[in-house]
Amino acid sequence: MNPLYFRRRPFLYGTICLAVWVFLSARTPVLSQEADPEARGLKIAQDARERGDGFGDFSARQTMVLRNRGGQESRRQLRLQVLEVPGEGDKNLFVFDEPRDVKGTALLIHSHREKDDEQWLYLPALRRVKRISSSNQSGSFMGSEFAYEDMGTPEVEKFTYRYLREEACGDLTCTVSERIPVNPRSGYSRQLVWQDRDELRVWKVDYYDRKNAHLKTLSVADYRQYLDRYWYAGKMTMVNHITGKSTTLTWTEFQFQNNLNENDFTRTGLRRIR
Amino acid sequence: MRWRSVRIHIVLVSIWVALFGVAPGFPAPLIDFEASGRLSLESRWHPQSGAYPDQRGHASGVVAEPEFHFEDARGRSLTLTPFFRYDSADPRRTHFDLREAYLLLFGQSGSGEWELRLGVDRVFWGVAESRHLVDIVNQTDLIEHPDEEEKLGQPMAHLTWSADWGVVEVFGLPYHRSRTFPGSGGRLRYLLAVDQDNPLYESRAKQWNFDVAARYSHSFGPLDIGASVFDGTSREPFLQPELNSGGVPVLRPYYEQIRQLSLDTQLTLGAWLLKLETIQRSGARNLRGVEQNYGALVSGFEYTFYSVWGSAHDISLLGEWNYDGRGENATNFFDNDVFVATRWAPNDVQGTELLAGIMFDATRSSQVVTLEFNRRITDRWSLSVESIAFPRVDESDILHQTRRDSFFSFSFNYNF
Repeated sequence: MNPLYFRRRPFLYGTICLAVWVFLSARTPVLSQEADPEARGLKIAQDARERGDGFGDFSARQTMVLRNRGGQESRRQLRLQVLEVPGEGDKNLFVFDEPRDVKGTALLIHSHREKDDEQWLYLPALRRVKRISSSNQSGSFMGSEFAYEDMGTPEVEKFTYRYLREEACGDLTCTVSERIPVNPRSGYSRQLVWQDRDELRVWKVDYYDRKNAHLKTLSVADYRQYLDRYWYAGKMTMVNHITGKSTTLTWTEFQFQNNLNENDFTRTGLRRIR
Repeated sequence: MRWRSVRIHIVLVSIWVALFGVAPGFPAPLIDFEASGRLSLESRWHPQSGAYPDQRGHASGVVAEPEFHFEDARGRSLTLTPFFRYDSADPRRTHFDLREAYLLLFGQSGSGEWELRLGVDRVFWGVAESRHLVDIVNQTDLIEHPDEEEKLGQPMAHLTWSADWGVVEVFGLPYHRSRTFPGSGGRLRYLLAVDQDNPLYESRAKQWNFDVAARYSHSFGPLDIGASVFDGTSREPFLQPELNSGGVPVLRPYYEQIRQLSLDTQLTLGAWLLKLETIQRSGARNLRGVEQNYGALVSGFEYTFYSVWGSAHDISLLGEWNYDGRGENATNFFDNDVFVATRWAPNDVQGTELLAGIMFDATRSSQVVTLEFNRRITDRWSLSVESIAFPRVDESDILHQTRRDSFFSFSFNYNF
């Protein structure tokens, strides 16, 4: 086409430019918000991590109440210490207090963002530290409805994401994202996560098993802010829709800045656990 | 029960209480005291009559193992774990032991840390399941259980340094504990009773020989390794037939001075645990009473099928090969044996666990079957059922003397 063509027809040129501008300006927000839900889902997860960064360490007590379909209850008491490792996964130490036959048993987890976690179990009867497999992602944690993979910090790199929608959750507005575990040994095909828009706190997670059946729902409540910055939940309830069993995990006695260091999360430190 | 063993414990307790008293900055206020432990009611049944007179078919017993822990505001602590068993059939098995009575101090050094344990303590080394080959610091409380897993408290000074280059430990072991053996009325004993109160020592210092041990351990990604050396009085005695002062033939324990180098390592790859323990020991006598340097190993795997068939159940398969370079002259059953086992854990609320295994002797025809079952009844009470059976025992085997001692045991445990 002759480049002088539009010069001779300024009206047509203007009309086309306008049409292109209208088209592009109408498309732009659609492109950034919906055409790339993966990027948006990832961004939410990254932002949530950033807000949680810098806590250093904390310790807390956990009480688990396991309920079967008939309503029979069983209790577990444990203590937890967490050390933040900048740029890597956290280090977690679980110490069991009840039931009493497993008292003093401790589980040390060095989680990693990219490679497999490392786990050691301390068995007090033999004073033995045993390195255990970290493949047991989908296994039940102490007979509860929480799996091992539900207990640690959900590292951003362990999932791929997709933003789905926004909707009301209680008095808040939540984003709903889908996350898909990267680890093929995960017991889940996908999870739906409800996070409030303002603080990116997780309020609800729907877990779908490998056959894509709705397996479990986690409901989170009693959030409190610590160190004027970090939000931690006081109560988590996991309901298994297939077995009818449920587990309520209550967190108490949160303590931050305990001056914990790497030495408290070693095999030698594990032997000192009480 | 022997007064001598009680007396040595009283001396040791006094020493560490004194140490705690002079520790710098003491007394700091005790901020934590905790008492926990277990009480058990046990019953052991032997379906077959004993091979030797006086042996009974049934024994009941009571076990108490409380644990007391004191800690001050600076994290220093004292731990006291006495152990007592009453047994209705074998007076020897009625015994007391101080499993632990130690002072624990630790602190930072550079980017790493140091730790000191003074007193009576228990230390575990190793990775294998069928046998704890490299584990040598503590004496075996054999009368407590034939699986050599129960240990007597060992007086020691145990110093640890750890940092990102690994963990180095040194042990000073000033006193030797004698191995416990069943008495003449007990089951799972040799043809001749062991005269455990009159041991012989190669060392002139007898049980007061100062034994030493050192260990380096570290994790390299999926690989955990431990290399150890022990120099001192053997934990495993050579049993020498002789007549006791009353003219009765007995087996008299003889404890040599030995040196042992050992390596234990585990590779953790996905659901696979690959294990190796190996020792090189010099100075010990073999079954014929001749000093022989030898090597021994146990190597194998553990593989777990997690959440089988979509259930919560985990099933593990274990396979281990035990080898002793002395062959027929080995002082134990593990000269050339294959152990195969399965562990079942349904991950239920009661914490049920079952381990069933069989040990085959690859050169003889002997077999040993083991079964362990544990289940919680309430939050405080639990049940343990155990069995060791000898379906086939070759006449040339050490185990031939215990061939009629297969048993079932039931134990109700109150955990507090």
